[in-house]
Amino acid sequence: MSEGTRKDGIVSGRLGPDQYVSNFGDAYPPLNPHEALVAADRCYFCHDAPCITACPTEIDIPLFIRQIQADNPKGAAKTILAQNIFGGMCARVCPTETLCEQACVREAAEGQPVKIGHLQRFATDTLMETGTHPFTRAAPTGKIVAVIGAGPAGLSCAHRLAMHGHNVVVVDGREKAGGLNEYGIASYKTVDNFAQAEVDWLLKIGGIRIETGSVMGRDYTLEEIRTDYDAVFLGFGLSGVNSLTLEGGDGDEVGDAVDFIATLRQTTDLAALPIGRRVVVIGGGMTAVDAAVQSKLLGAEEVTIAYRRDKSGMSASEVEQEHATSAGVRIVYNAQPVAKTPDGITFEYTETGPDGLRGTGETFTLAADQIFRAIGQSLTMPDGAALDIERGKIRTDTEGRTSLPGVWAGGDCALGGEDLTVTAVAEGRDAAESIHKALSA
Amino acid sequence: MADLRSNFVGIKSPNPFWLASAPPTDKEYNVRRAFDAGWGGVVWKTLGLDPHIVNVNGPRYGVIYGADRRVLGINNIELITDRPLQTNLDEIKLVKRDYPDRAMIVSLMVPCEEVCWTDILKQVEDTGADGVELNFGCPHGMSERGMGAAVGQVPDYIEMVSRWCKAATRMPVIVKLTPNITDIRYPARAALKGGADAVSLINTVSSITSVNLDEMAPEPTIDGKGSHGGYCGPAVKPIALNMVAEIARDAETRGLPISGIGGITTWRDAAEFIALGAGNVQVCTAAMTYGFKIVSEMVSGLSDWMDEKGYGTIDDFKGRAVPNVTDWQYLNLNFVTKARIDQDACIKCGRCYAACEDTSHQAISMSADRTFEVIDAECVACNLCVNVCPVENCITMERLPAGAVDERTGRVVQDDHGDWTSHPNNPGAVAAE
Ligand SMILES: Cc1cc2nc3c(=O)[nH]c(=O)nc-3n(C[C@H](O)[C@H](O)[C@H](O)COP(=O)(O)OP(=O)(O)OC[C@H]3O[C@@H](n4cnc5c(N)ncnc54)[C@H](O)[C@@H]3O)c2cc1C
Ligand SMILES: Cc1cc2nc3c(=O)[nH]c(=O)nc-3n(C[C@H](O)[C@H](O)[C@H](O)COP(=O)(O)O)c2cc1C
Ligand code: SF4
Repeated sequence: MSEGTRKDGIVSGRLGPDQYVSNFGDAYPPLNPHEALVAADRCYFCHDAPCITACPTEIDIPLFIRQIQADNPKGAAKTILAQNIFGGMCARVCPTETLCEQACVREAAEGQPVKIGHLQRFATDTLMETGTHPFTRAAPTGKIVAVIGAGPAGLSCAHRLAMHGHNVVVVDGREKAGGLNEYGIASYKTVDNFAQAEVDWLLKIGGIRIETGSVMGRDYTLEEIRTDYDAVFLGFGLSGVNSLTLEGGDGDEVGDAVDFIATLRQTTDLAALPIGRRVVVIGGGMTAVDAAVQSKLLGAEEVTIAYRRDKSGMSASEVEQEHATSAGVRIVYNAQPVAKTPDGITFEYTETGPDGLRGTGETFTLAADQIFRAIGQSLTMPDGAALDIERGKIRTDTEGRTSLPGVWAGGDCALGGEDLTVTAVAEGRDAAESIHKALSA
Repeated sequence: MADLRSNFVGIKSPNPFWLASAPPTDKEYNVRRAFDAGWGGVVWKTLGLDPHIVNVNGPRYGVIYGADRRVLGINNIELITDRPLQTNLDEIKLVKRDYPDRAMIVSLMVPCEEVCWTDILKQVEDTGADGVELNFGCPHGMSERGMGAAVGQVPDYIEMVSRWCKAATRMPVIVKLTPNITDIRYPARAALKGGADAVSLINTVSSITSVNLDEMAPEPTIDGKGSHGGYCGPAVKPIALNMVAEIARDAETRGLPISGIGGITTWRDAAEFIALGAGNVQVCTAAMTYGFKIVSEMVSGLSDWMDEKGYGTIDDFKGRAVPNVTDWQYLNLNFVTKARIDQDACIKCGRCYAACEDTSHQAISMSADRTFEVIDAECVACNLCVNVCPVENCITMERLPAGAVDERTGRVVQDDHGDWTSHPNNPGAVAAE
């Protein structure tokens, strides 16, 4: 470790230039063709395979793996992309250990599932490297659909609509399209600007226009959109963050992990990005892990994740927790924050009793010069959008229809499924099918 | 410790593992390395008349891979030795002198004229070699010139050449057979009639391993064209085993010594050939794939297994499986089994279900929670589910005891033997005595 890691305070340039490059390289390097064949050979081609059911987009996994075996990785990619147009991103970011690979019969048999995620990446990379787009549009329908939010839900919806011959306008408040693929996902999962490359590739279908920097509720209302378009899909994610109040704090000392990651993702010169010597991240999900690991990669000396429940309660999977600890992050379970001290933060231990989680009264203090909260995001409804809300999300039926006629929703902002990229893709696609059905009626 | 020493038609070797006539036995350097590695004997790469033949200068091999690039089969278009006769003879003499305890057999292929054979046999005798093998097997190239498989496919020629050779030399004569023939018993009988001491089989199987779909030509491709080659390696073992068994149990050739060849890769393959009547075995592809060292595994594996089974010598188990190779018509139709699935071992892949439901007898049921169960009333005991199940011993075939009812046929299982010869559906049935 260089002396840069031991400088107190929040400073930039903790590491040498080479270290930034190697730290932010691909966390899980892609399989080479031979490794892919070896991995593919382990698939049993199960009947009515459980992995298919476990994938929110229901990719025909045994089929695509067999196509790799049979030396047809591009055909494999088409199988994947026909179900999930973000098959490339999902191959990188899906917590496969809790999805397809958990259901793999070889996981049950020997604790070693087929490497479905890696194989999916091998197939999709092979196709995308050719620069070709495997799908074509149906004859134009003359209909035009508005999609609000250019994240995985919105773009998946837009692509499917475009395939069916509809024209689509996608509007997003940010500068770039991609949603959290561009602004949220950890950089070591999506190196070489993959998120933008994937969006560009997706748009090759044609018929989709992207308008960035345009915010619903500020620049236009849902009602205006409803009148101007044949249908509307809402995929604007969760833009609010849950707040955290600490005794002794003025409200500013705890940063937002999502903002930190977004800044990091958009920074071209990582050496210019300041980070604390001792970083504490509060939370237990993917965001907490990604913020902590990337703090470490930026050169923080000590990084701790403090989570208020026990290990099994953490929404970051075991694999992600291991990823954090092997990167040198310490995870403290059963600790809830109570007060800010001049040079750190005090936690109280917790335990789970009959009435849920409660503090034990015992406390400890961690030195910290930078603190992030990663305790969840929440729905912010754009002004003027009057939709039924249930459990903090837009209420939708199984086809993604909201309480307003002509308005569909999917992804993180809508009810149903986990808040994952793959779920957003599935919901966007299914809503598109529903919209298509409605517009064809 | 089992005694692995082998005496095959009077030719002694410290173990029954010989290298077959092929690139591994092509010249002095290789053969010395082979003997140093522990091979019991070699059949020297086939000699021919001068001027020596030439080989192609492009690729000679095509290959079939299993998982992880495991070589399952190789196809070759190599011909016999491409070096002068005298060079080979000199080397054979030197090596035999230095390794007197190893078997040195010389493979031969010359045109079908008696004088060619008598001449070359004299020259081989002068080297001190222990025996000769007549190569009637090579299916490519040489056969276009009336040699190799072109002889091996005509039993009369085999008999004729064998007789010439036996008359011309005191050395044991082994006739190497081609599998590229409808019924292997005919060439074997011909070799016996001609006085041959033994047969060795199989040589390679005529084959095209693959087609290059860009060049639209078979592999290996030489300047845009390909020629059929000879196939060998693990993929041909089942063909070779059957041919060895056919000769071992044929009334006319029973007792004719056999040198077993074809896909032998481990001690177990060798033991199987010997159990089916082979007196020793020859290996080519396994050595070409893994190098000479594999003989260590073969020797130790065979020895350990023999110790475990209480076999003191090779002869103790040689041919033991031959009496159990029979014709279909004698198989016991009163032997009734049913598939049984061990639910604890089952990993729920459903392959047995797909196989039975789509291609067999719809005898496996699948529940919503992926429990797979055999329906005895439908199971014909074909064994397919056992074969496709990825978990060893998860599905087994269990014999129904006499007196039990086979739910599929409704019949009570008999404990006597009942085969097709006496079955009521057989128009030619003979009533049981
Ligand atoms: C730090 C972090 C790491 C993550 N890591 C993973 C991971 O590894 N694997 C995984 O599967 N999931 C991960 N997730 C979750 C995943 O990113 C989301 O579930 C997914 O992106 C949801 O897609 P979406 O399209 O619904 O929303 P988003 O991706 O959030 O996209 C919504 C888009 O709508 C735009 N928008 C919002 N409001 C408006 C408005 N009023 N007007 C116009 N546009 C608007 C936003 O700018 C944004 O572009 C992570 C999330 C975070 C925060
Ligand atoms: C490249 C190559 C060349 C061969 N050349 C000869 C030969 O010259 N004479 C011969 O009798 N058999 C020859 N064979 C056949 C082998 O001796 C052997 O019969 C055959 O390969 C089957 O054994 P295996 O499966 O162990 O390889 C050759 C085989 C190969 C692969
Ligand atoms: S043995 Fe054959 S018929 Fe019986 S259950 Fe298995 S596959 Fe079906």
